[in-house]
Amino acid sequence: MTNDECKKAVLDIIADIAPDEDLSNVKPEVRLRDQLQLDSMDFLDIVMELRKRHGIEVPEADYIRLASLDSCAEYLTPKFNALAAKS
Amino acid sequence: MNSGTQYDVAIIGAGLSGLAAGIRLAHFGKRVCIFERHNAAGGLNSFYSLGGRKFDVGLHAVTNYVPAGVKGTPLGKILRQLRIDRDEFALCPQKGSRVAFGPGGERALRFSNDFALLESEVSAQFPGQADGFRRIAAYVRDTPLAGAGAGASARAFIRESFTDPLLEDMLLCPLMFYGSAREEDMDLGQFSIMFRALYLEGFARPLEGVRVMMRVLLEKYRQAGGERRMKCGVRSIVEREGRAAALVLDSGEEIQATHVLSCIGAAETDALMGRPRETARTLGYVETISVLDRAPEALGWGDDTIVFFNDSDRFDYKDPKGQVDLRSGIICFPNNFLYGKGRGLSEGLFRVTCLANYEAWAKLPEEVYRADKARHFAQIQASAMRFLPRLEPGALPAATVATDMFTPTTVEKYTGHFRGAIYGSPAKHPDGRTGLANVFLCGTDQGMLGIVGSMLSGISMANLHVLRAAQAA
Repeated sequence: MTNDECKKAVLDIIADIAPDEDLSNVKPEVRLRDQLQLDSMDFLDIVMELRKRHGIEVPEADYIRLASLDSCAEYLTPKFNALAAKS
Repeated sequence: MNSGTQYDVAIIGAGLSGLAAGIRLAHFGKRVCIFERHNAAGGLNSFYSLGGRKFDVGLHAVTNYVPAGVKGTPLGKILRQLRIDRDEFALCPQKGSRVAFGPGGERALRFSNDFALLESEVSAQFPGQADGFRRIAAYVRDTPLAGAGAGASARAFIRESFTDPLLEDMLLCPLMFYGSAREEDMDLGQFSIMFRALYLEGFARPLEGVRVMMRVLLEKYRQAGGERRMKCGVRSIVEREGRAAALVLDSGEEIQATHVLSCIGAAETDALMGRPRETARTLGYVETISVLDRAPEALGWGDDTIVFFNDSDRFDYKDPKGQVDLRSGIICFPNNFLYGKGRGLSEGLFRVTCLANYEAWAKLPEEVYRADKARHFAQIQASAMRFLPRLEPGALPAATVATDMFTPTTVEKYTGHFRGAIYGSPAKHPDGRTGLANVFLCGTDQGMLGIVGSMLSGISMANLHVLRAAQAA
């Protein structure tokens, strides 16, 4: 998986949990919280959907790494690839 | 006792909070089952059929209504958390409501889903109090949704900003009627939640009533893989080493669950654990319902959605000494929502709700109960009609095609809530904890109110005690 594919996977999740947000112009380097109305309940949902859909575990201490799309890609892409390698 | 079925989560009661919790848990792969004693879902917000008509039980209006695009509100949160499209609930906003005080409603404050109306009404009628009113609104806006200020007095808080007791009572009247389990005063946290729900946000209703929302929730729950057993109450919770080891169903069958969420109330849950506690003083209501052959507006009653009335100088929100407190109450016209062009209810509905004393209704012989109901029906309607445009004598009976009425004993019978308490016990349990480590409350005794609040309660308790706990493990 590439970083861009990873960002798309995250955006797909956000599109489902927050269908009322406009995601056409999300800036990858800017914190998601600063450009979208996402609260802690929504972030918990992103984490839970990652596990449900992709089998990826994000421990609570690492939530901060999901702050922006760039940081999501940096943190999650290796996890996606490690899982793909296993299967 | 091990062949019994094992669930990740057992939910006691198919009220709105239990259903919302169930949707979250099932969506995230938990094996969930809801156990409901009644044959219909909805708990305090259910509906029933009578004479070929469907009636909402509790619902006058869905509070916390905001239009599409307003974010960060309780309604937006539940829609997101439950993956519900807001169109599915088909909420139609109110026309406008009013608080009417004095013998004939001479002092009135109108309010609608546009907060500016209430602000202008307060400024015009209580000019000296307008700044104080704005301070209170600002406080509520800045208070987190979960509500701060638990335990504090709302009246003491208001008096820091207002000096006019009439305005204090007029503002508190709808908030208390729509959600205070405490007499005379409100918990400041509850005040904040209710001020937001009624005044900053507003009222709405689906054309077909609460069952529209219920259908959406039941379908989401089913799609997510949740199980539901109706006419299947929980008789007791078996305790072992500080945990619920099993649930015994009315049938005698035992089931096991890692977690138990109970939306049946705090005292009711304690009773299942065999830890009966002293019954708290709770508040009960009676309601009269008249089905009319025409819209209330066509009868000459105008287009109020809800009217909160009180004929006295002060508003006495407490358990009445007699069967019913006729001095104050709530009039609801479900016809008066903005359903859209060409859409509306096929009949008129006139509902009046007043405070009622549980003991005065309970344990009456059947024929006395019926006679008391009939007598109070007329008195309640007459009291409410003082606050509406006057009709020709005989006009209401002539237009009435059916009636119904419920008392606190009706509510107790169908919902299982002790004493027919609509808003639960005065003591709330914001963290949902009970005496047992794996049993948690959601719903009215957890502390959130109204339809949206109850769903938010189920969601937050499921998140906090089951989903986040699993995440952290």
